[in-house]
Amino acid sequence: MEHTFSQIESDLKEKKQKKVIKCVVWDLDDTIWQGVLLENDQLVLREGIVDILKTLDSWGIINSIASKNNYDDAIRMLERFGIREYFLYPQIHWDLKSNSIQKIKEKLNIGMDAIAFIDDQPFERDEVAFVHEQVNCLDVGSIGQVLEWFKPRFITEESSLRRKMYLDDEVRHQEEQEIGNNRKFLESLALTFSIQAATVNDLQRVEELTLRTNQLNATGYSYTYEELEALIQSPDHHLFVAELIDKYGSYGKIGVAMVECNPQTWTLKLLLMSCRVMSRGVGGVLLNYIMNLARQKGCTLQAEFLPTDRNRLMYVTYKFAGFTEAGQLTNGGVLLSHSLAEEVPYAEYINLSLPE
Amino acid sequence: MEVTTQPDTKVIIKEFLQKRIGQDISFTDEEDIFKLGLVNSLFALELVVFLETTFKISIENEDLNLENFSTVNNLGAFILKKKDR
Repeated sequence: MEHTFSQIESDLKEKKQKKVIKCVVWDLDDTIWQGVLLENDQLVLREGIVDILKTLDSWGIINSIASKNNYDDAIRMLERFGIREYFLYPQIHWDLKSNSIQKIKEKLNIGMDAIAFIDDQPFERDEVAFVHEQVNCLDVGSIGQVLEWFKPRFITEESSLRRKMYLDDEVRHQEEQEIGNNRKFLESLALTFSIQAATVNDLQRVEELTLRTNQLNATGYSYTYEELEALIQSPDHHLFVAELIDKYGSYGKIGVAMVECNPQTWTLKLLLMSCRVMSRGVGGVLLNYIMNLARQKGCTLQAEFLPTDRNRLMYVTYKFAGFTEAGQLTNGGVLLSHSLAEEVPYAEYINLSLPE
Repeated sequence: MEVTTQPDTKVIIKEFLQKRIGQDISFTDEEDIFKLGLVNSLFALELVVFLETTFKISIENEDLNLENFSTVNNLGAFILKKKDR
């Protein structure tokens, strides 16, 4: 059940295009530090660990903890070592580590296959691997290769801010709980949604989003930087990026849409939105914009949808926006179409900034 | 088990919607809930999953259209139709 180094390596190589590690969950005793906290050992940080934590963090890979220890004692020790701030949602208690990883997964809203778990104890790795097959369980012995394996293809502005963005989300979430009413909460955020034609500067982030986004991704098509570069030059394609800003700050570039334009018909090949903005009610805005734009140009609009085990939400988005099934795609997907009979209004609580 | 009648179905649906949309926002059984400002696909999917688990039905792709989901009345009728099958 446990993945060996070479398996992991070949796994990562094989799925290089799709497999992205977004979070590394660390054990503490004999992993982050040498020695066992509970046994009052003289604890020493593992050599090179701070570099690894900081580097992962700067790449936008979240560090977290699954450790069986007393919470307060362990946190105090992390503070003493000066590394407390690098960990989000640390799970330090006596519960099963598979449960800890489940909690972290839910907090971050990512897939199990985007999580790596590093522990010196074979028992703990097996327990996690048994419950969560897709988690990449690694022995601490492979720590030297971690950076090489997990390095993202691109490091964008969004990457280095990712931990802060999760922390901002936490504040938003607390406020949401306090306000209790979703509509009022959304109004209170003072959301600005900005849609722009993608420029060369956006392409790394666009490629990153096509690789990282699973749930709110209509087709899962991924394009290389070079392909994207050709697309923004092409007169027959439109590539849009969307950014979301609220009173707490920017969520960064969080949405991408790519349209193939034929004289009568526009076809949406790509529509995706970062899962972080899922509950902001902005998912449909980019789609609405493209519907209205196609309508203005006197075209009909089609959209491709390729189902996966996670992206039903995008199908619902299309169907509830009034799209109907119009045929099958050769790749197993569905072609949807919309008559664009009328202009679609935008949600009132979102301030829109649209291209000229 | 008791047979669920339409009024009960509608009460359960209304309760769920009221909780999600906000207790202080009032709407009738005929009113389009997606025009209340929650035209949000996440909310839509939540609603789909809620209906599937609460009423033990399976909502297929062809059921996913706005008419079925737009008002409490339509939702009630849709659930009845699904349970009949």
